[in-house]
Amino acid sequence: MFIIDAPIEEIIELENQIMLCKLFAPEIAKSVKPGQFVNIKVSETIAPLLRRPFSVCDVEGSFIYIMFNVLGEGTKLLAHKFKGETINVLGPLGRGFNFDGNFETAVIAAGGLGAAPFAFLVKQLSKDKKILCFVGGRTSRDVIDYGMKDVIPSTDDGSLGFKGNVVELMNDNLDLLENKRLKIFACGPTPMLRALKEFSLKNNFECEVSTECAMACGFGICQGCPIPSSEDADKNYLVCKDGPVFNVKDIIL
Amino acid sequence: MSKVDLSVKIGTLKLKNPVLLASGTVGYGNEISEFIDLNKLGGIVTKSISLNPRKGNPPQRILETSGGMLNAIGLANVGLEEFIKSKIPFLKGYKVPIICNIAAGSIDEYVECARTLDSEEAISAFEINVSCPNVKEGGLQFGNDVNAVGTITGKVKAVTSKPVIVKLSPNGSNIIDFAKVVKQEGGDAVSAINTLVGTSFDIFTRRPKLKNITGGLSGPAIKPVALAKILEISRNVDIPIIGIGGIMSWKDVIEFMIAGSSAIQIGTLNFIDPTASIKIISELKDYCIKYGIDKLSSLTASYLL
Repeated sequence: MFIIDAPIEEIIELENQIMLCKLFAPEIAKSVKPGQFVNIKVSETIAPLLRRPFSVCDVEGSFIYIMFNVLGEGTKLLAHKFKGETINVLGPLGRGFNFDGNFETAVIAAGGLGAAPFAFLVKQLSKDKKILCFVGGRTSRDVIDYGMKDVIPSTDDGSLGFKGNVVELMNDNLDLLENKRLKIFACGPTPMLRALKEFSLKNNFECEVSTECAMACGFGICQGCPIPSSEDADKNYLVCKDGPVFNVKDIIL
Repeated sequence: MSKVDLSVKIGTLKLKNPVLLASGTVGYGNEISEFIDLNKLGGIVTKSISLNPRKGNPPQRILETSGGMLNAIGLANVGLEEFIKSKIPFLKGYKVPIICNIAAGSIDEYVECARTLDSEEAISAFEINVSCPNVKEGGLQFGNDVNAVGTITGKVKAVTSKPVIVKLSPNGSNIIDFAKVVKQEGGDAVSAINTLVGTSFDIFTRRPKLKNITGGLSGPAIKPVALAKILEISRNVDIPIIGIGGIMSWKDVIEFMIAGSSAIQIGTLNFIDPTASIKIISELKDYCIKYGIDKLSSLTASYLL
């Protein structure tokens, strides 16, 4: 874990308020794994007070990328930063995806801004795995497939690709998935992950999901981000430290 | 350059500087030890321990508010047995004073925890949490009952030779009465303040944003309240005060000491910058040198009203 003042190299709008921020953060770029996150202080004042967690979207040399949607006070401030300004970055944090396993095809399932961690993962997986990406959004403008390949899209309103959500899309394409040694890597809204858990258990697919929860510190001291264990009713995991990536079997969504 | 003395005393407890890390903001020390040298601190107050493990409240537990945050963790902790087995051995590796915070659902549970932990050499003192706003039984229920706080203080003192600090709630009517009863029953110090009860609603769903409905407000938003409560205690009760409430800088530490604190605790700031406490200690030293203050402890209750 490092705490560094990272200069902003570039912030671009991918589309529709979805921003990509490139940061010079050599220590973090060197040690981060796909699925891990950073906790960023977007201002030097107390507004906002706490850091904001962001998935590391991609790594390029000494640079890391984060993707964000301009929604609240923090992301608005971040979106208006200029090249050369620094922001304080704490990371890398949490446990990322485990992609060393014995599988041939990596299936990416991303809903909306859930696309954030996958450019980096796809880059790593491309070395020796086949890749298939299912990407969903509310409308065609919300389908974010940055850094992905072999993308099959879905939209809630049918404006692009299959009409329905990502899990319905995967069910519709079950023939592409059956009889393959595959592993699913997913990130998206909790209802999507919940449906995906059911889908992967039913079809006996290995599946890891990246979860999210409101948190303060990002490294385990505030105890603010519990997620219940499916094995032990008395146990919570922490999203920040035990996750954010979990085997979908281990947690209650 | 003159040598400055940052050390402070809280009853019989001697600390090399007044900066403690507050309970619930440092776990049991291991995570934050990746960022700082714990031995440089005045002390660490460990996450509340109860007799049995507590799972805590369901999420959402954390919410940022203007200049502060609400938390409703619900005293999630590993329980006394696991604390002794797996957390104390780690803390033994450090020379820093460890103040063990105890939370309980009954008077007997406080006593039982203190009795069991009394033989642990790694623990320098106890902080009794009678003021957690986020659990149904115990916590605030005692924090608002002067007689219960008196009984708990007396009974815990009877089973331990270690200093006993009672953490007071700002939510009751008169904090002076509570500080007085702690003093009467032999308590060594009070820490003030615990969090203020607060809540927040989603205006579209009309539901509370925290699953627990209410939470405890901390951070710079509560600093003026903390200072006023500390001043009230300081002017009316002769007992050492450990000040807590939204400290963000060395200047805040000085202000808390002037208002009556012998030592202070850093809480919410640890979440934002886990290295802040060490920077603050070094800045306190710079301040003393610059303004010719030989003993930092001379600032305690140095207000001119």
